[in-house]
Amino acid sequence: MLEFGILFPSVLNGLTTGAVYALIALGLTLIYGVLHIINFAHGASLMVALYAVYLLKQHLGIDPYLALPIVVPGMFALGYGLQRYIINRASHGRDENILLVTLGISIVLENLALMFFKSDTRSIETPYTLTTVAIGPAMISLPKLVAFAGALVTSALLLWVVTRTDLGRAIRAVAKEKHGAKLMGIDVDHVYAMCFGIGLACLGAAACFLLPAYYVNPQVGNGFVLVAFTIVVLGGMGSFVGALVGGLLIGVVESVGGLFLGESLGQIGIFVIFIAVLLFRPQGLFGAKA
Amino acid sequence: MKRDLAAIVLFTAVVLGVTATADSGVVLTFVMMTLYATLMAQAWNMLGGYGGQFSFGHALFFGTGAYVQAMAQLNLGLNAWLALALAVVVAAGVGLFVGALTFRYGLKGSYFALVTLAFAEVFRIIAVSVGFTGGGVGLMLPLQESFANLQFSSRRGYIMLVLGFVVAALGVTAWLRHSRFGAQLQAVRDNEDAARAIGVDPWRVKLGAITLSGGFMGAAGAFYVQVFQYIDPSIAFGPHTSVEALVAAIVGGMGTLWGPVLGALVLHLLADLTRNLFGQLPGLNMVIYGTVLVVIVMFLPRGLSGVGRSVRDAWRGRK
Repeated sequence: MLEFGILFPSVLNGLTTGAVYALIALGLTLIYGVLHIINFAHGASLMVALYAVYLLKQHLGIDPYLALPIVVPGMFALGYGLQRYIINRASHGRDENILLVTLGISIVLENLALMFFKSDTRSIETPYTLTTVAIGPAMISLPKLVAFAGALVTSALLLWVVTRTDLGRAIRAVAKEKHGAKLMGIDVDHVYAMCFGIGLACLGAAACFLLPAYYVNPQVGNGFVLVAFTIVVLGGMGSFVGALVGGLLIGVVESVGGLFLGESLGQIGIFVIFIAVLLFRPQGLFGAKA
Repeated sequence: MKRDLAAIVLFTAVVLGVTATADSGVVLTFVMMTLYATLMAQAWNMLGGYGGQFSFGHALFFGTGAYVQAMAQLNLGLNAWLALALAVVVAAGVGLFVGALTFRYGLKGSYFALVTLAFAEVFRIIAVSVGFTGGGVGLMLPLQESFANLQFSSRRGYIMLVLGFVVAALGVTAWLRHSRFGAQLQAVRDNEDAARAIGVDPWRVKLGAITLSGGFMGAAGAFYVQVFQYIDPSIAFGPHTSVEALVAAIVGGMGTLWGPVLGALVLHLLADLTRNLFGQLPGLNMVIYGTVLVVIVMFLPRGLSGVGRSVRDAWRGRK
């Protein structure tokens, strides 16, 4: 059954998808780790980024990879604004409210997309969409390989920001001890908004890497959001390494699961992992003991 | 308790009065759909409002009820009324099962919301993938209008049916407000550790709440199947239903008896109004739901019925 020639490409494919999953999950885990909120609007935000990439390509002819310097800052601004002016104000300091507000935002974004773009699934064509590269016995499509590399580079960049810069220090300080950080003169609301912005900027990058080999419709975020939650929960809420490892792992599980169980049932593996981890090890693989 | 019961009787009388005098199908449909939304909102309220456990996947119970209702008739050849009873029981059982799993491991807050969402999604994928649910095509109930088949030629019949469930849900909620069990549930919601310290078993109490909530949500699902004679995986287990239930409860005011009724009514009025203003734009309804949810949480964290309370308090304070 486990023939190398079949299994290897499947694993490789899973890894490339997993890297993009990891990138999406990194944004989510950053927001969770610092703000201690679950951003239910994460999937909808990804959808917005994908439409942005799509529109830039269709109307201005900008290649998805070249759209990075436009979409990433754009998503950052969206995230900063959302957190600073809507989520923070609506929270009244209660987690349940944040949960509900981000849910509300996701409903609004998703259905605005439905209003403007209908529920059609759209994709773009690039000269390299169908190009494949041979790695051993496996043929991997070029956009997927680029996505893999891009996701890893972006993740490394994010890790560098968080561990090496002043902003990163402030972020970690706020995550650990919000009141203490405030006393040290850190503008907590600003740091929160920066985190949310960076989290959504990750989605912008993910969207640019995804679209050449993927599609967009108003519901596209839903598929990713539960996967991203699974990864974050699996890796440990707030853990960057966990998000990376978890992302790659889930990508492989989905790909190999699909090989044996078929496309739609293969997804069940993800949810089974999700529910099992939530039940038996809610702190995740790399998370601190709750 | 007596005042709540009197209010429920009054509510029933008003609905019956409107149903009896209304001569247009539009009004009757509006009454029916609002009651149906009320039922879902009240079901969510039992667990979310009184138990403090925010479910983002109540479609799980809705879909279970809907599929049991359809499959019991199509596959088992059961009478529709028996199917209805079975649907409620199975949905309550799914509630008990999910509750036993999640509360056993102390999942709460965001984690609970996530796990309910995931369960709904698992059920949706299963419903798409296996044969006996009709797969992605869904199940169609043959049209055979008769009382025994729970299919009515007039909206009035369906209104009686859903009104029965709404009254039962209101009764249960009133019981939650005044009974020992309800007091324990609210104590667990407000402070679980403190509740445990005075001898309340949080696990048992939350389990009771999710079972009740699941049963009523299942009834809403079964009702849906009887009215529209059709169900498919995304209607049954998709996020739309979960959202509708929780938004109506929160907008009206969760943890109150009449909040979900008010919320369902206001949202349906709003939906009808926008439909008249802008026509049938896909997604517009949900845009409004989402916006109203954000605005309510931002400005009226106690919901619409909280406004009434504030006004009343201010009035009393002045006197």
